[in-house]
Amino acid sequence: MSTAALSVSNACKQFGGLVAVNDVSFEVGEGELFGLIGPNGSGKTTMLNLISGALQPTGGEIRLSGERISGLAAHHIARKGVARTFQLVRVLPSLDAEENVMTGAVFGHRRLWGEEARQLARALLDRVGLGGRAHMPVAAMTYIDQKRVELARALASDPRVLLLDEWLAGLNPSELQTGIGLIEDVGREGRTIIMVEHVMDAIRSLCDRCVVMNSGRKIAEGGVSEVLADPDVVRAYLGDDDA
Amino acid sequence: MSRLSQDELRALGLGAALVVLAALLPLLDQGFYLSMGVNIMLYAALCTAWTLFSGPTHYISLATAAFYGLGTYSVGLGIDILPYPILLGIAALVGAALAGLVGAATLRISGVYFVIFTFGLAELVRQLVTWTQTKFATAIGLYVFTDFTEVHIYLMLLALTALVFLTGFLINRSRLGFAMRIIGNDETVARHAGIDTARSKIVLFMVSGAFIAIAGAITAPRYTYIEPPSAFNPMISFLVVIMALLGGTKRLWGPLVGVIPFTIVMDIISARFPNHTSIVVGLAFFAIVYLLPDGVTGRLEQLRAWLRTRRAAGHVAAVEKQA
Amino acid sequence: MNILITGILLSGTYALVALGLTLQYGVARIMNLGNGETLVAACFVAFWLYTAFAINPILGLLIIAPGAFLLNWAIYALALQPLVKRAKNRGQLESDSILATFGLLFLLQGLMLLGFGGEYRSYTFLSQPFEIFGNSYGLNRVVAFAAAVIIAGALWFFLYRTRQGTAVRAVAVDPVSANLVAIDVARTAAFAFALGGALTACGGALLSTFYTFNASMGVIFTMKALIIVIMGGVGDVRGAVLAALILGISETLVASLIDPGLTLAATYGLFILVLLFRPQGIFGRATA
Repeated sequence: MSTAALSVSNACKQFGGLVAVNDVSFEVGEGELFGLIGPNGSGKTTMLNLISGALQPTGGEIRLSGERISGLAAHHIARKGVARTFQLVRVLPSLDAEENVMTGAVFGHRRLWGEEARQLARALLDRVGLGGRAHMPVAAMTYIDQKRVELARALASDPRVLLLDEWLAGLNPSELQTGIGLIEDVGREGRTIIMVEHVMDAIRSLCDRCVVMNSGRKIAEGGVSEVLADPDVVRAYLGDDDA
Repeated sequence: MSRLSQDELRALGLGAALVVLAALLPLLDQGFYLSMGVNIMLYAALCTAWTLFSGPTHYISLATAAFYGLGTYSVGLGIDILPYPILLGIAALVGAALAGLVGAATLRISGVYFVIFTFGLAELVRQLVTWTQTKFATAIGLYVFTDFTEVHIYLMLLALTALVFLTGFLINRSRLGFAMRIIGNDETVARHAGIDTARSKIVLFMVSGAFIAIAGAITAPRYTYIEPPSAFNPMISFLVVIMALLGGTKRLWGPLVGVIPFTIVMDIISARFPNHTSIVVGLAFFAIVYLLPDGVTGRLEQLRAWLRTRRAAGHVAAVEKQA
Repeated sequence: MNILITGILLSGTYALVALGLTLQYGVARIMNLGNGETLVAACFVAFWLYTAFAINPILGLLIIAPGAFLLNWAIYALALQPLVKRAKNRGQLESDSILATFGLLFLLQGLMLLGFGGEYRSYTFLSQPFEIFGNSYGLNRVVAFAAAVIIAGALWFFLYRTRQGTAVRAVAVDPVSANLVAIDVARTAAFAFALGGALTACGGALLSTFYTFNASMGVIFTMKALIIVIMGGVGDVRGAVLAALILGISETLVASLIDPGLTLAATYGLFILVLLFRPQGIFGRATA
């Protein structure tokens, strides 16, 4: 029985005839910044969905610090301390920034309410660089600012494992630097983070270890530089000629 | 419990004032206007209780007649056996129980199917009650003899309506209310934030069903003779939907804007042109769909927002002119 | 045996009505809660044609079906297409069309109540007995059943053996893809809606030959049609026919063996069970 922060054992997800995740296993240690990478369609987001409970695995097990979470409904998994952001940012349009962030704090395992929750929300908004904009309607914010709100919301639940689904996608170079800095900052406080990413610079600079998926299977695992030099990985991304 | 904001205190104050004003009606008239007042107050209670659930979830429930009828029958069956306040409690419990069952069963069902399900359910309950009455009682109807006058019923309905509003107010300020707002924005985010979306909806539906059943119980003495076609009258469900949607369900007090004029109109139509009631109801549905998708209050809010942007643009233009 | 055959005969007309609704919901994506009113209107027109002009209902179909087709086309074009155009997603279209067709239901019912009053009506047509397997049944029921079978067969032929019909089926499966293969989805939806109305009207006209009807019974038939459509799987013709058989037989069973006062309760009960345990129906695809 491993006490890794998150352990995935032989996870499978089948949609009718399509096997999106095929017998994938890996472990994420406490406080690690873990990358989940692979070409488009490799099943990375599906894997993340299995962990967060958005989808139920058709096989295999997922454990959070030894406790089984696969098969539980998403809200149960959230209450055990798993928080996530989404590939296409999902902010709550009719709530302001502060209320968006409070959402994470009120129903997570901390169950804060009232003034306590508001203070935490404001502190987190400061932290992600949105200080002073607590009452701004999120629908009026720029894309990167909405992403920041989503990150703050995820952090508000004080998660044991934070799942970032292509959080750095769609950012221009300067926004990207800011974003990488933010994630670094969050990692520094000891949080366990699993990042699905396409932006290779980010993976190289942020992640300790990573797993590469292709067509639903795990094709490599290990330190970032060794994984990215692996000929199988290169072949998966660029095709046979460049391996 | 956080402190009440200025706006909230003002709303409470206004509400209290309106309740006091409304309570004065029996002093002014004990005939026609009081009767109309009872109708208005009944539908105010029903529509607000309906909106408690159907507003945030956007599920159109036609189960109102089922809850109402069960409340009426609770009183009808128990009036000679148990004291009246206990019957009200039983009505609330029965309404909540049915709502709990229906809620638990229908949360996988969305949109059209939910509407049809609740309509079918109301009809099923009516058929079953009719059948049990014919089989196990000597007559289909029940007699209800009480000392309650129109004044009593009016004041009880007023108290109920006030209670429904108070409950709605408290729910809005609570975790449940916050959860419903989040669910209304994005149910996936809600679930990933730790909200048990199914349970939240069921609880709301149970509260709503309980209040509707109490309304049925309160008005039972008015009928003197209760029978399934009138206690479980499907028109109750349809009228509640129309009035609530006409008023607008974004705010809890939205339906009131629909209740008052529509009850008056329906009273006039059923008195003067009784064969035209269906047509009026049909036209009301068309009005909702084509003209007032968010109800009258929705349109008013749109107007306010439009005026605000006009005024802001006016400011900008004025400033630019000076520059 | 008697029950079985009576149930089967009844299910013929039910099947037609359900086929009408399944076309409207499956292809045009409109849950037409006013469907029953088309049925009732057809009953009245058939009655009128027979009593005033001595045109028998079977011939009357030649007038009623096209009439219902045009009327439903008009309803779709005027009342429902604007909703389709403005709906941002399927959920909104559904709730809009529920409200709009409720409006239709009450409006049509109100007009019929005004025009014809609330009393029950019936007329005698082919009411001589007809023997099947030693029991006698009304000839009108048998003829109605036969006519229903012929019409359903024609529909099947249309849907599965003609180009236009295949286009209709394509739109039912996936309107977006149908658009991409040069099918005029809007026109096909309108056509399907109108055709659905015509089918329901045929069912109504045939029903009126042996069933006592009145202006307010539309809702009950809409419910029955809905049950059949949902039970059989939306948009599926075989499902509608099979489910109609099940409903027709179980209704007759309950009426004869348990209690005629419980048929409606049994019907609704069956409906609720279907919605709970297999909302996609017998032949339906599970929707997201």
